[in-house]
Amino acid sequence: MPGGTERGENVAARLERVVRDESGRILATLIGLLGGDFDRAEEALQEALAVALARWERDGVPANPRAWLISTARHKALDRLRRESNFERKRDELRAETPAASAPEQELERQTVVDDRLRLIFTCCHPALAPEAQVALALRTLCGLTTEEIARAFLVPLPTMAQRLVRAKAKIRAARIPYRVPEESELPERLEAVLRTIYLIFNEGYAATGGDRLVRTELCGEAIRLGRIVLALLPRRSEAIGLVALMLLHHARRRARVDAAGELVRLADQERALWETSALREGLALVEEALGAGRPPGPFALQAAIVGVHARAARAEETDWRAIAALYDLLWRAEPSPVVALNRAVARAEAFGAAVGLADLDALRASGALDRYHLLPAARAELLARVGRRAEALAELDAALALVSQETERRFLVRRRAELADGA
Amino acid sequence: MKYALLIYADERRYETMSEAEQGAVFGEYMGLVEELKAAGKYLGGEPLEAVATASTVRVQNGKTVVTDGPYAETREQLGGFFLVEAESLDDAIAMAARIPDARGGSIEVRPVMPLPAG
Repeated sequence: MPGGTERGENVAARLERVVRDESGRILATLIGLLGGDFDRAEEALQEALAVALARWERDGVPANPRAWLISTARHKALDRLRRESNFERKRDELRAETPAASAPEQELERQTVVDDRLRLIFTCCHPALAPEAQVALALRTLCGLTTEEIARAFLVPLPTMAQRLVRAKAKIRAARIPYRVPEESELPERLEAVLRTIYLIFNEGYAATGGDRLVRTELCGEAIRLGRIVLALLPRRSEAIGLVALMLLHHARRRARVDAAGELVRLADQERALWETSALREGLALVEEALGAGRPPGPFALQAAIVGVHARAARAEETDWRAIAALYDLLWRAEPSPVVALNRAVARAEAFGAAVGLADLDALRASGALDRYHLLPAARAELLARVGRRAEALAELDAALALVSQETERRFLVRRRAELADGA
Repeated sequence: MKYALLIYADERRYETMSEAEQGAVFGEYMGLVEELKAAGKYLGGEPLEAVATASTVRVQNGKTVVTDGPYAETREQLGGFFLVEAESLDDAIAMAARIPDARGGSIEVRPVMPLPAG
C-alpha cells in the first residue's frame, strides 16, 4: 500500500521521517504560497504537524504525506489570517488564489514544489544577507536543522544563532528580498553566491575539529544535497557540477582523514581502502563533465579536478603530480589568491623537485600576503627539510606553531617537529 | 515599495576631472533620472553640497547645540540621494547599480519604513 504505515512503524516515527526528509520542500512551497513570509510558513507547518499526528493516527498515513502537510498548513495559515483583523489586506498579498476544496493536492504540489525550492535557495543565499546569515538560514529552512543544531555546529551560543535567524528573516521582509529565481542576466553572479554558501556549509562540516562531530558530518551531507538540488533544477553549469564533484570527492575520504585517536591523517598517509568508491566514482564522472562544460573551467571545477587526480592514484606514490601542477597553473590564472599560490608551490615541489617549490614559497613569503598563515612556514619547513636545511626547517616549524590556532593541527606540527629533530 | 538610494563618494572626485568628464557624469545622472521618471519609478532626489557646508544639530538638556561638521574620518561622504519606487530589493539594486557614483563610490540601499495610513 503506497505511503501507508508499515506494520510496526508508528505514526510519530513516520511523521518524524517525513519532516526530516521533506521539511525543506514543504517550507519552500509554503513560503511561496504565503508571499515570501518565512515566519508564517514555519508557524503553519508546526500547526499542520500537530494536526497530522492526531489525524494520521486515526485515519492512517495519507498516500502523499508531503502534499497533505502542505495543504493542511496552507489552510492553517489562511485560518490564522482570517482571524486577524487585517485579513482583507493580507489576503491580497497571498500570491495564489484559494483553490477549490476539491482541487487535487498532487497537482498543486507538482506545479509549485520544484520552482519553490530553487526560489528558496536564491532567497536564503541572497548577497544582501551576511554570509553567516545565509548559511544559518539555508540550514534552518532548506535542510530543516533546528536552531539548536546549527548553533552547536558553529560553536555559537543558541541565543546568538536564534537572533541571527530572526534578523535575517526581518531583513528579507523589510527590505523585500524577492522570493524568485534571478533572471538569466543576473544568474551567473547570483549562482556564484549560492555555490559559495553551499561550500561554506560543507567546509564548516569538513573542518577537522570543534563542534558536535555528528552534526558536522550532517552539514557535509546537507551541502551535497543542496548542490544536487541546484544541479537538478538549473541547467547544468560547469561550476555547479564542479562544486558537487569537489564535495563528493572530499566527502568520500572522510573516514580516512582522521585516525582512531582523532588525529589528522595526511593525504599521503591515508588508508585508501577506506575511501568510499561509489562517491569517488560519481565525483570523478562529474569532474569530467565539469571540465567539458566550462571554457575555461572555473575554480570549483579545477579544484575538483585536482582532488580527482589524487583520487585516481591507488597509492600515494602513483599520484600524477605533473597533472596536478598543471591544474594549479590554471587555478592560479582563474583565482590568483595567496592560498592558491601556496598550494601550487607545494604541487610544483612534488612535480619538479623541492628546489622549484621552495623558490615559489620564498617569493610568496617576500610578498607578505600570508604573514599570519601557519601553513606557509609549515610548507616551507617540509621543503627545507627535503633539501637538507634542517636548522631552517625547525625554525619554520616553530614559526608555524606560533601562528596555528586549531588544536589537531597544532598537535600535528608538534609531531612533525619531533620527527625532524630526531631524524638527525 | 519605496527605497532610498544614498550616494556615498569622495566629494573631491570632481577636482581631478576635466570639464568634459564632469559634463559626461552630469549627463549620465540626468539621463538616469529621466529614464526612471518615464518608468514611473522616480519619486525624488537631490545632490548635496560638500560636507564642509554641513552643520550638526543636537538638543541637549533642552538647549539647541550646533556644531560645525560632521568631521568623521571617512573616505566617502553622503553626497546625494534618490528616492525610488521598486518592486523588490533586486529591482532597487539594479537601479542603484546604474547610478554613476556606484563606480568609485558606493550606494546604500535602504527600504523606506512604511508609516500607518491616516
